[in-house]
Amino acid sequence: MSAKHARATRRTLSEAESKVLLLDYGVRCVPDRVVATAQAAVAAAGELGYPVVAKLSGERIAHKTERGLVRLALGGPEQVEAAAVELLAAAVPDDGDVALLVAPMLRATRELIVGLHDDPQFGRCIMVGFGGVLAEAVADVAFRLAPIDATDAHEMLDDLTAAAILGPVRGEPAVDRDAVVAVLLGLSRLAVDRPDVVSVDVNPLLIVAGVPIAVDALVEMRT
Amino acid sequence: MKPRIAPERFRAMFEPRGVLVAGVSTHPAKFGFVALHNIVTQGYEGAVYGTNRDGGEVLGVPMVTSLEELPGDVPIDLVFVCTPASANVELLRACAARGIGAAFLTSAGYGEAGAEGRQAEAALVALADELGILLAGPNGQGVVSTPARLCAQIVAPYPPPGGIGIASQSGNFVSSFQNYARSSGVGVSRAVSAGNAAALTIPDYLEYYASDPATRVGLAYVEGIADGRAFFDRARQVTAQMPLVVLKGGTTRGGERAAASHTGALASDDRVFDGMCRQAGITRAANVEEAFDTAATFSTQPLPRGPRVAVVTTAGGWGVVTADAITRSELELVGLPESLRVAIDERLPPRWSRNNPIDLAGGETRDTIPEVLELVADSPQVDAIIYLGLGIQSNQARLLREGRFGGDPGIERVVAYHERQDARFARAAAEVSEASGKPVLTATELALADPANAGPATVRATGRYCSPTAQRAVAALEHLWRYARFRQRRGLL
Repeated sequence: MSAKHARATRRTLSEAESKVLLLDYGVRCVPDRVVATAQAAVAAAGELGYPVVAKLSGERIAHKTERGLVRLALGGPEQVEAAAVELLAAAVPDDGDVALLVAPMLRATRELIVGLHDDPQFGRCIMVGFGGVLAEAVADVAFRLAPIDATDAHEMLDDLTAAAILGPVRGEPAVDRDAVVAVLLGLSRLAVDRPDVVSVDVNPLLIVAGVPIAVDALVEMRT
Repeated sequence: MKPRIAPERFRAMFEPRGVLVAGVSTHPAKFGFVALHNIVTQGYEGAVYGTNRDGGEVLGVPMVTSLEELPGDVPIDLVFVCTPASANVELLRACAARGIGAAFLTSAGYGEAGAEGRQAEAALVALADELGILLAGPNGQGVVSTPARLCAQIVAPYPPPGGIGIASQSGNFVSSFQNYARSSGVGVSRAVSAGNAAALTIPDYLEYYASDPATRVGLAYVEGIADGRAFFDRARQVTAQMPLVVLKGGTTRGGERAAASHTGALASDDRVFDGMCRQAGITRAANVEEAFDTAATFSTQPLPRGPRVAVVTTAGGWGVVTADAITRSELELVGLPESLRVAIDERLPPRWSRNNPIDLAGGETRDTIPEVLELVADSPQVDAIIYLGLGIQSNQARLLREGRFGGDPGIERVVAYHERQDARFARAAAEVSEASGKPVLTATELALADPANAGPATVRATGRYCSPTAQRAVAALEHLWRYARFRQRRGLL
C-alpha cells in the first residue's frame, strides 16, 4: 500500500474532538471553548479570564503553528475580536468546517510531548519527550510498545537525556512524575481500546505547578 | 509462553550423535572440504560420514554416493549441506528417511537470489516442515556447539567452550564474536549463523539457548526483523531466563517524513527499537566490541545488586579516568564508608587516596592488593569493584627476562616473584568475587598488548574476562546493572 493511499484512509479529529477523546483516558486538558463567531469568542474569553489564546480549529487542520493559526497572550476583548476575525478569514476551502477555540493562556517553563504511533514494524507505541515547537528538532524522546505498565512509563522518563529538567527548576516544583505516568498509561489504554485511532499527538503537554495539562492535541483516525 | 520449537528438537542440531556432510569435495578451498575438515579436526567424537560422487574416503571419513549405503546401525542426527540448491529436495527426503532430524544448509541460490530463489526457499521450508526436519539456513556459515565439540562451519574459528550462545543474521559476526572468544578466553556454548533464516529464526535459537544449561547469556546480531511484535514478546521470555545482548545493524531509516503527527515523525526505526529493547530487558550494544565485552562479562561475573562501584587501582590516572566514566554512566562512584577507610588505613602508608578511587599510590606490600580487594568486596556499601593495575610487575619482568641481563639468578628470582604476584592478584579478584557474590572486573591494555603477561593470562585461567580498557569495563558493568535493575523492578529474582 503506498503512503499516499494510506493517507487517504485517514482523517484527523479537530482539536476539540481530540481533547474530548483524551479526557476519557484521564488526560487533563486545558478548559477551552469552541465558538463560531468573533463575538462569541470575546464572550468566552470574558468568562475564562484574560489573557487567553485563540486558535482556528477544524478536522482538517493539523499544523496550526506553521500556518499562523495560533494567537497567544490576548490581553483584552479588542485583541480577542481582532484575532478572531483574522483567524476566520485565514481559513481556506480545504479546511472544511472551522471554528474558533478560546482557552486560558497557561504559563509554564516546561513543555512535554506525548503521543501514540502505529509503527510498521512494532505496531502501536507510546512516546514521551520534551515538547513544544522545537520537539522534532530536539528529539529527546523515548518510545515503548503498547501496552505499557507503570514501571515502563517511569523508565521512559528516566530515558530522556534531559531528565534533570523534570526536577525542580527555577522556583517551580518538580514535575509530578506519577501524573505524567498516568497520562502515558491513559494513552496506552487508548491504544488497546481503540484500534481505529492511528495516531495521537499531545503537544505541548504543559507542566503547570508540576502537573501536566494538555494544551493542544491531534488524533488521527482510520476511516 | 512456550518456545515455538521444543528444545528437545534442537538436540539433533547441537548435540548430534552423528553428522553427515553432503557434497564433500577433495579440494581444500571448497566449502565441502572445509566443513568436513573442521568437523573432524576440532574434536567431534560422533560418527561422521560424507556424500560425494565417487565414494571412497576424504580426510579418513567414509563417503557414500547414496544415503542407502550408510550403515543402518549408526545414528546420524545432523546433515550439513554443501550441495547446490537443485540437489537439496531429494537430499532432504533421503535424510528424513534415514531419521536425520536437523539440516544446516550452506547452499546459496535461495531467498537472496531473486523471485525464483524465493520460491525454492518457500518450497524447501514446506518440505522440511512436512518431513519434520529442523532447517537452519540456507545460505548460512554453520553451527558450533562446544559441549559436543562440534565445529560444523565453512569458516574459522572454533572457539573455546564457555557460556555465550550466539545467533546471528550475519555469519561474519559469528566469526567476529568467536575470534574475540579465542583471544579473551571467554568461551562459547553454541553458535549459529542463521543465513536466510528461512525456517529457524533468531528468536528460535535464543529460546533454545534460554533453556540450555550450557548457555548463560545470549548474544545476537539482527538486521531486519520480520515481525517486530513477536520478536518483542519472545525476547521478553528469553530475558526472564538469561541476559540477552543484541547488536543491531541497519538503524538508519528516519521517522515517517510524511507523518501528520510529531510522534510519527520522531518514531525512527532506531528509537522504537531502542525503546523496545529497554522494555524487553534486552541489552542493546552500540558496537561489536561492546557486544562481546558485555556478553563476556555477563557470562563470567555475578549480577551486581546495586549501582555502587569502587575502583581499586595502583596508579592515579587510570583511577581518575575510570571514575569519570562511572560518573557519566548510570553507575555510582560510591563514597568510601568510614569503616572501610579505617581498615585500609591500617594496611597502607598515609599517601593512599583515602577515597574512591582507592589509589594505593605505590604503598602496597606483598599482600596488600588481595587484602584490600577482600575488604572492599565485604563492604555492604559496595556492589561491584573495578580493579586496575594488574600486570604492571610482570610487564617489567618481561623486560628483565628478555633484556641482556636475563638469566642472572638474582634477576630471574625477581621475574618469578613479579609473575607470581600478578597471578595471585588475578586469582584474588576471582576468589573475592566468588566469595562475595559481587562482580570484580579487571581491566588492562596488557590483555591485548601482551596476552602472555601473568596478569591477564591468569584472569583467563580463572575463566574471567580481562577488559582491554577500564572504559569498556565500565560500559559492560553498566549493562549488567541495567539488566539487574530490570529484573529487580519486575520481581524477576
